[in-house]
Amino acid sequence: MTAAGTPSWEAITVGIALVAAMAAYALFAGADFGGGIWDLLAGSSSRGRRARDAIDASVTPVWEGNQVWIVLGLVLLWTGFPGAFAAISVTLFAPLAVSALGIVLRGVGFAFRHEAVRPASKRLTGVLFAASSLLAPFFLGTAVGAVTTGRIPVPSPGISTAAWTTPTALVTGGMFVAACAFIGAVYLVGDASRRGHDDLVPYFGHRAIISGAATGVLAAVDLALLHGSAPYVFGRLTGVALPLVIISALAGAAAVTLILLRRQWLLRICGALSVAAVLAAWGLAQYPYLFPTSLSVASAAAPSTSLIAEIAVIGLAAVLVVPSFAFLYWLQQHGRLEHDSASVQLRRAARVQDRPAEPTATGPRPSGLLNAVIVVMAVVETVRGRRRRRGSAG
Amino acid sequence: MTGHVLAVSLIPARSQMGATLGFHIIFACFGIAMPAVVLLAHWRGLRHGDAVSLLLARRWSKVMAVLFAVGAVSGTVLSYELGLLWPKLMGIYGPAFGIPFSAEAVWFFVEAIFTAIYLYGWRRLPAWLHWWTGVPLVISGILGAFSVVAANSWMNQPSGFTLAAGRITHVRPWAVIFNAATPYEVPHMILAAYMVTGFTIAGVYAVGLLRGRRDRYHRLGFSYAFATAAVCAPVQVVFGDFVARAVEKQQPQKFAAMELVARTHSGVTEWIGGIFWDGKVYFGIGIPDFDSLLVGYSPHQKVIGWDAVPASLRAPLPDLVHLSFDLMVGLGMLLLLLSAWQGWFALFRRRLLVTRWFLIPAAVSGLAAIAAMEAGWIVTEVGRQPWVVYGYLLTKDAVTPAAGVPVTLAVVLPLYAVLTAVVIGVPWMMGRRWRRENPAHDGQDAAPGPPPEMAETPELR
Repeated sequence: MTAAGTPSWEAITVGIALVAAMAAYALFAGADFGGGIWDLLAGSSSRGRRARDAIDASVTPVWEGNQVWIVLGLVLLWTGFPGAFAAISVTLFAPLAVSALGIVLRGVGFAFRHEAVRPASKRLTGVLFAASSLLAPFFLGTAVGAVTTGRIPVPSPGISTAAWTTPTALVTGGMFVAACAFIGAVYLVGDASRRGHDDLVPYFGHRAIISGAATGVLAAVDLALLHGSAPYVFGRLTGVALPLVIISALAGAAAVTLILLRRQWLLRICGALSVAAVLAAWGLAQYPYLFPTSLSVASAAAPSTSLIAEIAVIGLAAVLVVPSFAFLYWLQQHGRLEHDSASVQLRRAARVQDRPAEPTATGPRPSGLLNAVIVVMAVVETVRGRRRRRGSAG
Repeated sequence: MTGHVLAVSLIPARSQMGATLGFHIIFACFGIAMPAVVLLAHWRGLRHGDAVSLLLARRWSKVMAVLFAVGAVSGTVLSYELGLLWPKLMGIYGPAFGIPFSAEAVWFFVEAIFTAIYLYGWRRLPAWLHWWTGVPLVISGILGAFSVVAANSWMNQPSGFTLAAGRITHVRPWAVIFNAATPYEVPHMILAAYMVTGFTIAGVYAVGLLRGRRDRYHRLGFSYAFATAAVCAPVQVVFGDFVARAVEKQQPQKFAAMELVARTHSGVTEWIGGIFWDGKVYFGIGIPDFDSLLVGYSPHQKVIGWDAVPASLRAPLPDLVHLSFDLMVGLGMLLLLLSAWQGWFALFRRRLLVTRWFLIPAAVSGLAAIAAMEAGWIVTEVGRQPWVVYGYLLTKDAVTPAAGVPVTLAVVLPLYAVLTAVVIGVPWMMGRRWRRENPAHDGQDAAPGPPPEMAETPELR
């Protein structure tokens, strides 16, 4: 079982998809967690109101969709590498249960805070949302740290606290929190600039720089710790995966520089790249092991027919989810999904509103396909509208 | 040592799974069916320029989003729990069982994305484009239900895999997805979801009508929802008969518990209600030979009893399974009667029946539909015990050796109790706020013109 045979192409594909789903979770849901962290640190309710409103407007329309990436990751893991999933679930019962609790509290706090009208219940749901934004990334981080350091026996005899409380795992948890705060702040800088909130651009900018620096320091500490706790992974991170580590560091530094220069150009891309590259480096450093160096991808993989079914699901996701996701973000970036819930909030929003009506150039460009869809819809709608008017006239 | 830990974890694990699943399934129903009800009102509103229908659709979409959010997080918890509580189920059978779940992840995604687009698209998107962004919700709701229920029916009728030395070595994905129980479990659940959603929403407006708010807003709100559920009710009753017969063939042990058949014989009595004690059924109404008649259209039909297998492989708590089954069937029949009553008036008298005699049962029809649906799941899940994968893996062998389950159970139960209260409280508060904003809807026969809130939205006029 410990022999690291070459995995089949199906197993490699599902493995890459798994890392990609984790990266997407970090880039999208991670940013929402980051928003929650900045919400938590925004100070008293009067001082932090503008920041909180901005976080709210950015996170509200997209958090549910973002949250599903972890479900995709879970199904890929348990179908593609069932023994590994079972061992992780048993050994890391505690951090996984707490991160699930964080996900529930956060989602529920978020869903209800817009309906809570009284200040007390508003504050309670807000605190719920914010505090749980710390729980989920930290404990998921410790779980990743436990996997990286090879602390998960297969099959697992029972729950183990030692597995996820090593210095490496704890630092990884801290790094996840810092990275979420960083990516969240970077996106919020972009959103503030798009909405023309000139005071919030430096506000989130400072926070992005601080959290980016913290992420970098924790990543360096983590790397140093891996030298002792996971020599195989360390060797590959400083060997074959080194280019990705360097790309991540450069992209993070570039993002910080762009914020200092107050340039929005490529800012989000740089921020996202720094997070995605480090996850890719981690995936590559673990290869060909799922749990270095006790469980290889090849021996953990499900039969090839299952893996092919998973690849078909990934294909379905690429066809259905990716364009829908792009459509959602396109609408959000063009101010089409700004929050409109209680009339109380509407009135308040109207007071502070200074959003440009026209889309600005900072958002990602819509693809040709999306434009085509919208044009077709608009034509259909015009025709129907005309027919209806004619009907009512006659 | 392991045996000791297993004994500790099994009951808490089953309780936690049952509680979280029983909670989630209610929200899943709304996720599956509510988009259709909302789009029906929305379509009528756009097609006929009816501001009241549009107002209903918009308010419902807000409630739908809250319910979907709770369903989304409680569903995420379930996917965690499959590993946290039943690692051996996933560790051995993940390659087969996981396939329908993977498909579900895609539909879940589509639904989450378009829920956001639809909810926040009001006033922001062109009117018909906005309507069309709701259509993926209906489709992904049905396909998502298909995927998840296919996974459950696979647990009841596992197929499409080759097992060697405790490991799955080959999988036929289509045979996993379209297993022998899929054709009846999936439609049964989708119909149930539409009934739960329709009757629950109708129940809310029935209460409003009973309180004297007999305006067009409440009548329409009641009609859209009730019509959706009422159309499904007769189909569900006929279909349910087919389901019971299929269960009798595929899972005779479950059927024996459902009908309290202790020993295999012919001329089996059908028990309505009743408790099995020491070889006899007490307090039940027995119809001689009727169970045999239902199963094989003949009083001499032999029905397999639970004595056919050793006691350790029988469904536990046959009384619970039997009474749940009777409750589901009974409530289904009552809902059918209620639907037929309103249907008669709608079809032949062309008006909405709003007498007190009809509205009082209609007000509780949602609770009845939820109770029937939950009872049905108790039959399916408790009736499948002691197996988690029917005929392959016992539940006690699938449970986690991790010692933390009593702790998570102690957290989950109060947390979900609070959630339930909040989930009922929030739409109730929304309703109160809407009435405050729109006092016109509180009066008797208010003017049917566009309510003030709608008049501000140019694209809806």
